[in-house]
Amino acid sequence: MNLSNYLVLASLLFAIGTATVLLRRNAIIVFMGVELMLNAANLLLVTFARIHGDLQGQVMAFFVMVVAAAEVVVGLAIIVSIFRTRRSASVDDVNLLKS
Amino acid sequence: MTQLSVILSLPAALTSGGNISAGETALFWVLAPLMVFGALGLLFARKAVHAALGIVLVMISLAFLYTAQEAPFLGVVQVVVYTGAVMMLFLFVLMLVGVDNSDSLVETLKGQRWIGAILGVGTAAVLIGVIRTATLDQAKGLTSANADSNPVGVARVIFGQDIFAFEVVGVLLITAALGALVLTHRQRLVPRVGQKERADARIAAGGGLAPLAAPGVYARSNALDTPALDPEGRPIEESVPRVLRIRGQRRSATEVQAQIGGTAAVDPAQIEEGSQP
Repeated sequence: MNLSNYLVLASLLFAIGTATVLLRRNAIIVFMGVELMLNAANLLLVTFARIHGDLQGQVMAFFVMVVAAAEVVVGLAIIVSIFRTRRSASVDDVNLLKS
Repeated sequence: MTQLSVILSLPAALTSGGNISAGETALFWVLAPLMVFGALGLLFARKAVHAALGIVLVMISLAFLYTAQEAPFLGVVQVVVYTGAVMMLFLFVLMLVGVDNSDSLVETLKGQRWIGAILGVGTAAVLIGVIRTATLDQAKGLTSANADSNPVGVARVIFGQDIFAFEVVGVLLITAALGALVLTHRQRLVPRVGQKERADARIAAGGGLAPLAAPGVYARSNALDTPALDPEGRPIEESVPRVLRIRGQRRSATEVQAQIGGTAAVDPAQIEEGSQP
């Protein structure tokens, strides 16, 4: 089996993550879709590290994980504070800026 | 130490033709459908908890694939950071926000569902098309880069040429922690109501200081529905729980007395009639 199968799997996961962000309304599920996209990118990076025989790709995937952890903290804090004021976790209800 | 080195050297290297070994092929074909299944669970699950479980499945499978792909360090980090920390955080927030807070099925944007589905399928088609048509170099594998075990090799890159990025990421993490503190901080609009304030309010409203008396305990009746008797033999109405009083399930002391055939210091029937407002 060729290594490109990993790349196809990563693309598929990325596309499913994109569709989740576009289709779901629950802010937490949308956020999990973003996480899925980040994970798919990580799989791509690890596979390319192996193809090129260079550890730089793995290090980049490591940095993506750290940034994703920071992003999750801030994102979930935003979701919680919106839920406190609007009593809803649906992305449709965040329309305060709409005149 | 030897066990650790065995675990770290477990992932098989590439075969001479740049292909992966039979064991890894089998692992891939077992895990890949499971991962796609978990990801589709995220897309289609009605309940947010099921979606979260699907993502956990994907993330743990990814850890397996990383380990198989000569990246055991990233495999461990994947389990610790993603499934251990990130997904637990997600589940905490899910419980905080309300598990049954499900999606609304009202379309606010017309045709969003179809456009979103088309865009998702289109993304998949474009990405897979690019990968299928691209000519990749023959895979080199990481055998030489991982000569001193994978964590050592990764550490050389992180603490060598990428040390500045590493420090910036540390600053980013601290900023994110502070940002979460600021975002979830709630400003107090009304003064805090503590134990002292509650007690003061109760006294001001004319309540008693002591707790309510416990329900009556008699020789043959030890139940919530029978009032206790005060030192003079009067029944204490407040000792029966409020719910039983409202439902009319209270038994009077007279009934109990008749049942047990005892005598009270004062005739309860007399007092009870007198005490009723």
